[in-house]
Amino acid sequence: MPSLGADMESAVLMEWLVEEGDKVTKGQVIAEIETSKGVIEIEVFEDGIIEKLLVEVETECKVGTPLAIIGSDIKESEEERIRISPAARRKADELGVDLSKLTPKDGVIQLSQVEAVATKKIKTHKKEKTKTTTKDGMRQAIAAAMSRSNAEIPHYYLSTSINMTPALKYLEELNKQRSIKDRILPVAMLIRGVVLALKEVPQLNGFWQSNSHIISKEIHLGFAIALRKGGLMTPALLDAQNLNLNETMNSLGDLISRTRGGKLRSTEMTRQTVTLTNLGDLGVESVYGVIYPPQLAVIGLGAIVDAPWAEGDALCVRKVMQATIAGDHRATDGRIGAQFLDKLYQFLQSPEELT
Amino acid sequence: MTQEELKSIIIEEILEVAPDIEDDEIEVNENIQRSLEIDSFDFLKILTAMYERVGIEVPEKDYSKVDTVEHMVEYFLKLIKIQ
Repeated sequence: MPSLGADMESAVLMEWLVEEGDKVTKGQVIAEIETSKGVIEIEVFEDGIIEKLLVEVETECKVGTPLAIIGSDIKESEEERIRISPAARRKADELGVDLSKLTPKDGVIQLSQVEAVATKKIKTHKKEKTKTTTKDGMRQAIAAAMSRSNAEIPHYYLSTSINMTPALKYLEELNKQRSIKDRILPVAMLIRGVVLALKEVPQLNGFWQSNSHIISKEIHLGFAIALRKGGLMTPALLDAQNLNLNETMNSLGDLISRTRGGKLRSTEMTRQTVTLTNLGDLGVESVYGVIYPPQLAVIGLGAIVDAPWAEGDALCVRKVMQATIAGDHRATDGRIGAQFLDKLYQFLQSPEELT
Repeated sequence: MTQEELKSIIIEEILEVAPDIEDDEIEVNENIQRSLEIDSFDFLKILTAMYERVGIEVPEKDYSKVDTVEHMVEYFLKLIKIQ
């Protein structure tokens, strides 16, 4: 069972999507698990053959529990046959008991052993169900991560006002020529701006781990998505550095639907290198975020509002957005954060570079 | 198409885009995005779905005219009549 966040203790295996003997390739989804954050698809990290599924469907497993044995290649493993009394096997099938977890008594698994495990399993399952509902679980996970962040990470905060009129005008013209299905939302353009600015200032994209600053080449942009019934998730827009404006729009739409529908992949839950939070839809003007450890920064974008703006000697009204960054002061200084905001500003003044 | 038919199509599509909303939560006179926490993505999905249903594309400059269910009904009804 992989850890999908520092605060995850266990999850329930909901469904196997492969069978014993199946060939699997790196990145293939092999199972679905249910966590406090919804249903997540589990991927494999190496090519191989599923030799044995170790966990039955609907079993709660602690992080670190082996779920399956994947052989590296054609080499067949000599499987140890479990000896079990016929009555015990029938009971085990009926109750869904994992026989591999039992130690045979005198070489054979007995009926009483199966029953003992089954009762225990039902009891623990019930206990946990009453203890926390899914939503409470998510709250607890957020609480733990944010407390850790505020206790450990010395944050610095910077903010700047960005004139969004050029970018919005550009988008308006672009969308006029497109059918409604292919329209681009401002948020996709903002993500492109953030990604390009991070390419120029890579020090903010990566991790602080074991007292060292690790910069990631790939930009897996964690995008904060509020769930209407409460809670928040920040799944990753994977390899955002390779997506153009159209692809960014499509991938983001897909990511949002799957987040709300509870169909995320394990890599999307775990590989974020930086987080972007955009509370503009709710009318908030400035967002000062809390960094999600071990990431290095969280970027906040506020609502785009009509505001007075000085251009040369003239005072005019422009579409203005506040962009903020909260950085980890152990890894970077304010100068780096300031460079990032300046790059973001520059990109949003030349929107044709964002396509 | 009557006003009532159009209204029920709009509500149907809102519920389709945001299945976690209950239909009694929808107040026809309230701003859809604010009162139902519909973000810009969901809003575009609703308008795209309405295009599929009634064949009318709402241009971006008219977004302010389709901010509530009631306003949407008026907006689409007017254009359907012109067609």
